[in-house]
Amino acid sequence: MKLLRIIGLILFFSGLLLFSILPLFKRTFYLTPCALEHVLSEQEKENLLAELIPLTHIKHQQLFSFANKIIRIHQQKNALLKKQKQWDKVMWDSSQEFAYKLLRVSVKNDSFKIRWSIFFIILVACPLGGLLYILSSDKKRQSNYFTFFLPITSVKWIAYILTAWLLAFYILLYWFPAYIINWVVLVDPISKFLNGNEAGPWFLYGFLYSVVMCVMGIKMFLKYKNNAYQMIRTISVLFFQLAFAFLIPEILVRLNKPYMDLKNIWPLDYDFFFEWNIQTLIENGTLGIFMLLWGILLVVIAVPVFTYFFGKRWYCSWVCGCGGLAETLGDPFRHLSNKNIKSWKLERWIIYPTVLFSIIMTVLTLYTFFSKQNEFLGLNTYEIQKVYGFLIGSVFAGVIGTGLYPVFGNRVWCRFGCPLAAYMGIIQRFKSRFRITTNGNQCISCGNCSTYCEMGIDVRWYAQRGQSIVRASCVGCGICANVCPRGVLKLENSDEHTRYNKNPLIIQKEGVHLVKNT
Amino acid sequence: MRNKQHIVIIGNGISGTTAAREIRKRSDYRITIVSNETPYFFSRPALMYVYMGQMKFEHTQPYENNFWKKNKIELLFDEVIKVNTSEKKLTLKNSTLHFDILILACGSKPAFYHWKGQELRGVQGFYSIHDLKRLEENTQKCKKAILIGGGLIAAEMAEMLYSRNIHTTLLVREKKYWQENLPPQEAKLVENEITQHGIAIRCETQVEEFLGENGKIIAIKTNQNEIIPCDFAGVCTGVIPNIDFLSTSTIKVDKGILVNEFLETNCSDIYAIGDCAQQKSPLPLRKDIEQVWYTGKIMGETVAKTICEKKTIYRPGIWFNSAKFFDLEFQVYGQVGGIQKNEYDSFYWENTTQHKALRIAYHKQSKSIIGIHSLGIRLKQNVCEEWIKNKVSINQVIEQLNKANFNPEFYTKYEKEISHLFATSIHYSA
Repeated sequence: MKLLRIIGLILFFSGLLLFSILPLFKRTFYLTPCALEHVLSEQEKENLLAELIPLTHIKHQQLFSFANKIIRIHQQKNALLKKQKQWDKVMWDSSQEFAYKLLRVSVKNDSFKIRWSIFFIILVACPLGGLLYILSSDKKRQSNYFTFFLPITSVKWIAYILTAWLLAFYILLYWFPAYIINWVVLVDPISKFLNGNEAGPWFLYGFLYSVVMCVMGIKMFLKYKNNAYQMIRTISVLFFQLAFAFLIPEILVRLNKPYMDLKNIWPLDYDFFFEWNIQTLIENGTLGIFMLLWGILLVVIAVPVFTYFFGKRWYCSWVCGCGGLAETLGDPFRHLSNKNIKSWKLERWIIYPTVLFSIIMTVLTLYTFFSKQNEFLGLNTYEIQKVYGFLIGSVFAGVIGTGLYPVFGNRVWCRFGCPLAAYMGIIQRFKSRFRITTNGNQCISCGNCSTYCEMGIDVRWYAQRGQSIVRASCVGCGICANVCPRGVLKLENSDEHTRYNKNPLIIQKEGVHLVKNT
Repeated sequence: MRNKQHIVIIGNGISGTTAAREIRKRSDYRITIVSNETPYFFSRPALMYVYMGQMKFEHTQPYENNFWKKNKIELLFDEVIKVNTSEKKLTLKNSTLHFDILILACGSKPAFYHWKGQELRGVQGFYSIHDLKRLEENTQKCKKAILIGGGLIAAEMAEMLYSRNIHTTLLVREKKYWQENLPPQEAKLVENEITQHGIAIRCETQVEEFLGENGKIIAIKTNQNEIIPCDFAGVCTGVIPNIDFLSTSTIKVDKGILVNEFLETNCSDIYAIGDCAQQKSPLPLRKDIEQVWYTGKIMGETVAKTICEKKTIYRPGIWFNSAKFFDLEFQVYGQVGGIQKNEYDSFYWENTTQHKALRIAYHKQSKSIIGIHSLGIRLKQNVCEEWIKNKVSINQVIEQLNKANFNPEFYTKYEKEISHLFATSIHYSA
C-alpha cells in the first residue's frame, strides 16, 4: 500500500510539475493573412491590419516574444487613438485577449508523439496518480486526525506553496490568457471531441475543475463512506458539475445553441441579464426564450420555494459549482474558516453590500437594455459592469475565493461574497423549514462542530445551550453532525413553528425549567 | 438591597463556569473564578482531539477570551492552598481572597493505587491540560503502550495512541471487557470495535508493578507475573475528587466533598458541585459521585438558583450518557445494566453486519420501559426521557420508535427490522 501511495504521489507531482512549466515550453506559431481576415473584427482590421501583416508568413518560435509583439502593437495603437481622441476607433478588448485570439489561430501543433505524451502525463497520469494516492491511503488518513499537524492543512509551508500556485493560476487564467496558450492547446482534443471546436481558456478551466472535483469527490466517498448524507450530497455536486456545468453547455455549443449552465442562477451568474446574453438568447428562437424564462423562473420561483422547504443547502452544498469545488477540493481546508464574532460581523458588512452592488448593476443593465441609454444618474452601465466583473466576478469569486482555500478555508467566497447565497440566506433565516436540531443536554462543548464548520458558524454556542441553529450563512453541508462525538446535531426540514426554541431548555429536570435568552 | 456579595468559585471547569454564568444571569454579585489549570474555561473531553491533531487547544474554549470581561466574571489564574471557613478567606499561592459565598468545583484527578514504580517517567493518567503536555512528551518516540483500566478514559486514550500509530494493549481487571457496565452483547460490540483498530485487550490482568530504567518505564509486571515491555503506561483506573487542599479546612470530606441535596457542605455559604461533590444520600439508582459533563452543568445551575433565588434541590432527572468508541456511538437512557432479572427483562436487537444494536429494558409485569441502550443509532433524548418517565409500555415504544430516531437524513432505518424481531420473538410472548 505504501508503495502504491508513493507511485501515486510521483505520478501526481510529475503531472503537476509538467503542467506548471508547460506555459514556458517552446511552440511554433504561424500567422496567415487569411487567419487574420477571419478572426479580426472590422474595427481591428481598420486599426491594426497594416501593422500585423509583417508578422504573417513567419515561423515564430518564441511564445512570449510573439505574444508581446502583438500586445505592443495593440497597446500602441490604442494609446495613439486615445491621444488623438478618436474614441469611436478605440478598441475596448484587452491587449492580452487580443493577443490570445491571434495566438489561438496561429498555433502549430507539436509532433504527435510530444503532444500525446504531454497529454498523457498531465491529463491522465496526474489525476490517476492522485486517485491512486487517495485510494491507497489508510483509514487514519480518511479521518480528521492530524489536520492541525499536517503542513498542508495547518497553514504551513506546503499550504503557502499551494496558495501561491492557485493564485498564479487564477491570475493567468483571468488576465493573461495569451501566456497560457500551451495549456489551452493541451485540451484541444477533448474540446474537439465534445463540441467540435478548438478549446478556449474557459473550456480548459471547466475541464480541470471537473477533473479536480471528481478526484477529490472520490476522496469524499472514502472519508464519509459511513455517512449516507455526505455520500448522496457528493454524488449530487459531482452530477451537477459534470452534467450541467460541463457537458450540457458543450453539447449545446455543438448543436449551435447558446452556451448555458442551466443551474447557474442570477445574481451568482451576474452577467445573465447582460445585453449580449439576452440578445443571444432572444435570437435563438424557442430554446433561447426558454433559457431566458428558465433563468428568471429559477430566481423568482425555484430559489424561494426550494429554500423554504430545504434551506439554502439545496443549492449551496448540493448543486452549486462553487459549492461543489468547496465541498470536494476544499474539504481538507474547511476548519480554517474564522469563527470569531468579529468575522461574523465582517461577513454581514461585506456580503449584503455585494448583493446590493449586483442588484444595482443589473438594474442599470436592464435600464440600458430597454432605454438604450448608457448612463443613469451619472452611472455608466458598462463601467459598472466592468468594475463588478473585475472585483466580484474575478478577484473575489476566483482569485480570493479559491486561491486562498489553504489559508482562509474553502468557503470565503460563499460566506463573504456570493450574492445568491446572501439572497437565499435571508430566506433561510426568516422563512424556511430548515434548521439544525440539537439533542437535549448531550453536548459536551468539545467544539468539533465549530472547528469543522466551513462557514465559520460557532455551532457549539447553540448546541451547548440546547438551541436549534438557524443561521443565514449555514449551507447545510452536514459536517457538524458528522464530527460530533455525541450525536448532538441533526439537519432537519420540519414545521416552521418548531424552529426557534426561543427559551432553550438548558437543563432538563423534573418540572421543566426555562432559562432566559441572553 | 443587600451589599454586593463576593462569590468565589474554585475551578473553571464546566461546573464552576456554569455556576458563574447562571449567577451572572440572575444577579449582579461580584464573581471570581480561581483556577490553577488554565486562564480560561475549556472543554475537558476535547483534550483528546488536541492530541490527535483534530483540533487546536484554542478550539476547546467555548467562549472567546473577552467574554468573561463582558460578563463581569473575574478570572484568577492562581492556586488555592488553604480554605479558612470561619474567616471566609482563601489563601492562594500569590495572594489571599475574601469570599462571602464559596463554590467548590475543583474537579477530579486520575486515581493511582500506590503501585511500585508509578512515579516513573512514561507512567501517567490523562485528565488535565498538564497531563496532555506530559502525554505529548511521553509518547514522542513511543512504540508500545499499555493502558491500565477498561473504562471510557481507556477507550479514549486507545484512540489517541492509535492515531499516532502506537501499538496499544488494554489491561482489564474483569473477566470480560466492559462487563461491569454493559450486558455481554453490547460489551462484545464495543470490544470488537476496539480490537478492529488493532488494540489488544487482556482481561483478568492487573498491573503489579511498573519496571523502569534510568527513571523511565520499560515494562510492566502483571498479577500473573508476566512482564510486558512497553515505553508508555496510561493509568485509566478512573478519577477521584481533587480535594487535597481541603485537608486543613473544616469542610467535611469523604471520597469527595460531602454535600446534601442542596449541594451545601457542612459549612454555611460553602457549596460543592461537579466531580468533587459527593452526595451524602444519593438519589435512588444513582451514584454518590457522578463524573459526568451534564450533571456538572445541572449542579452549576442548581447552586446558582439557590444563591440568587431560592433554595433548590439538585434533581438530575432520568439518567443518560453517551460515549464514542472509535466510530461506534453509544447512548444510554435510564437503567439497563445491572437490572433485577426476576422483575425486569430486556429486548435486544442487533444488526451484526452494520454493528448496530438496541436494547430496551422493561418491567416484566407492567411492560413499562425503564431504560434504553443504543449502539450506532442516535436517539432523541427528550423522546426517550418521556417514555421512561411516563412508564410507556415496550409495545408502544417499539411501535413509535421512529419518533426517537435522531440519525442524519438518508440513513438506513432499522425500525421495521426491530419491530419485526420484537413481534416474532418468543422472548416477549413468554
